[in-house]
Amino acid sequence: MSHPRDRTGVMDRRDLAWYADRCAQVLIFAGGISAIVFIIGIFVFVTREGLGFVFGPLDLGQFFSSIEWRPTSDNPGYGALALMVGTLSVTGLAMLFSVPLSLGAALYIGEFAKGKTREALKILVEMLAAIPSVVWGFVGMSIMNPLIIQVFDVPVGLSALNAGIILGLMAAPIMTTIAEDALKAVPDSYREAAEALGATRWEVILKVVIPASKNGLVAAVLLGVGRGFGETMAVLMATGHSINIPTSPFDGVRALTATIASELGDTATGSPHYGSLFTLGIFLFVVTFLINLTADLVVKGIRKK
Amino acid sequence: MFAATSLNRRSYRNQAVAKAVFGLMTVALVIPVLVILGALIVRGGPAISWEFLFTPPVNGMTEGGILPALIGTIWLVVVALIASVPIGIAAALYLSEYAPDNFLTRTINLAIINLAGVPSIVHALFGVGAFVLFFRFGTSILAASLTLAVMTLPVVIVATRESLQAVPQAFREACWNMGATRWQTIRKVVLPNSVSGILTGVILEVSRAAGETAPIMFTGAAAYLMFLPQSVFDQTMAMSLHLYVIATQQPSVPEEIPYGVALVLISIVLLMNAISIAFRVYLRGLKKW
Repeated sequence: MSHPRDRTGVMDRRDLAWYADRCAQVLIFAGGISAIVFIIGIFVFVTREGLGFVFGPLDLGQFFSSIEWRPTSDNPGYGALALMVGTLSVTGLAMLFSVPLSLGAALYIGEFAKGKTREALKILVEMLAAIPSVVWGFVGMSIMNPLIIQVFDVPVGLSALNAGIILGLMAAPIMTTIAEDALKAVPDSYREAAEALGATRWEVILKVVIPASKNGLVAAVLLGVGRGFGETMAVLMATGHSINIPTSPFDGVRALTATIASELGDTATGSPHYGSLFTLGIFLFVVTFLINLTADLVVKGIRKK
Repeated sequence: MFAATSLNRRSYRNQAVAKAVFGLMTVALVIPVLVILGALIVRGGPAISWEFLFTPPVNGMTEGGILPALIGTIWLVVVALIASVPIGIAAALYLSEYAPDNFLTRTINLAIINLAGVPSIVHALFGVGAFVLFFRFGTSILAASLTLAVMTLPVVIVATRESLQAVPQAFREACWNMGATRWQTIRKVVLPNSVSGILTGVILEVSRAAGETAPIMFTGAAAYLMFLPQSVFDQTMAMSLHLYVIATQQPSVPEEIPYGVALVLISIVLLMNAISIAFRVYLRGLKKW
């Protein structure tokens, strides 16, 4: 590589390699901030399409308190309460069994299982995470539906319960993986110190590992909730998709995400109905953003300590 | 001699109970995978044939095969990869090789977590607002693939960053000491030593992108088309949307067809995952340092 020198004989390092390095640095930096650009882009573009509705027909009081979601009627109503309750009930049911199972599985995989068993269980959990959401929805319709009708002797099996079970299984892998990471982050010296005092493995877990990884476990649950909150296809196919404040787990419900997925195709670009669906999108974006931010802050909490 | 006191015995009994309970919980989580796979194979298996894979659907999708959906999914995934892999690798290179521990880096990491956490239907809305309308790509493979690319970007970034960070710092220092620039070090030392780890992430992204439905529903995938796509500006059918459509919108479809579609879809996804896992295990055995 030749280094051109100027008249004073001082080495000028701006050769081809130097320019290549500069170009690469700029391109890599551009790639580096791409995630930020896209997050802002998502917010901007979803908001842009929703603005006409937000500053037009939107009545915030009605949006949060009315269950009348009838955007296509002559006297349209944009009350999203039933949709929010639908999303909450399905996510709640999912978390009810998924949180204990996932944390239990994380403890088993991280603290008890060894060698081949451990690898096999991890791969199975990964497979659970890999199943596409439309396949989960199909399983809800074609396998869970008749099963629920048979087991609980109810007329319809597409319900909050059905979607809750499906969603719980879908959210489990992320909770298990993150919780296991949190357990792994507890230094072995803590465990050894407790074992040296005569504690059994279970006592070590209960008294040392869980308290030390508490924040990570909370973050795992939060990310699971976020996952459930935003799930679309499975919830669209398994809930029954009926606008309804549920009184039992066997009632059909309708979720925020599913409403957008089922109605967007039938709206005219720019119409109030179209804008209202983007407004639901803004709401979903803000809520999941807050959930993820909280999870991040909770995890940062441990690092500071 | 040490004799076990009743307290010791109780401790050990508690430990055995805890281990059994957590073990059962784990089994309860992984059994559904096997049940679902089993059910799909038993009920969908009979539908699978060469004819099913390589002929288009006929008679309102109640007969025939899945060829256009299969080809459409390949189009969507390939275009999404072309868009996201370079950006993802650049992002990972920045985070692993350049980024100082400052506010910007923390914001980037937070943005990546959020990008992975944004609901898929919100990605779909973004795709409609940005690619279909603002950039005027219309409902096309291009718009749908770019939406998928943004959505699956975190998969590539995270996997690549991990494999870059696994390259020992001493390798870089040795290279710098020879007078190489940062970029020369990256190109000659860091990337060659992490290329297989990056590939693992890319395969994983294929599996994610192939299974997604919501992001492509309104951006470029169509329920039924007579023709195969000719360019990235055409609409296309896709496996995931095809499953949704025949499972929910077509009441007269014979039962084994949706099961067959689901089986093919999940086979593609799990095959990609298996390759990725096998690759990872193989690499772990290969590490020289």
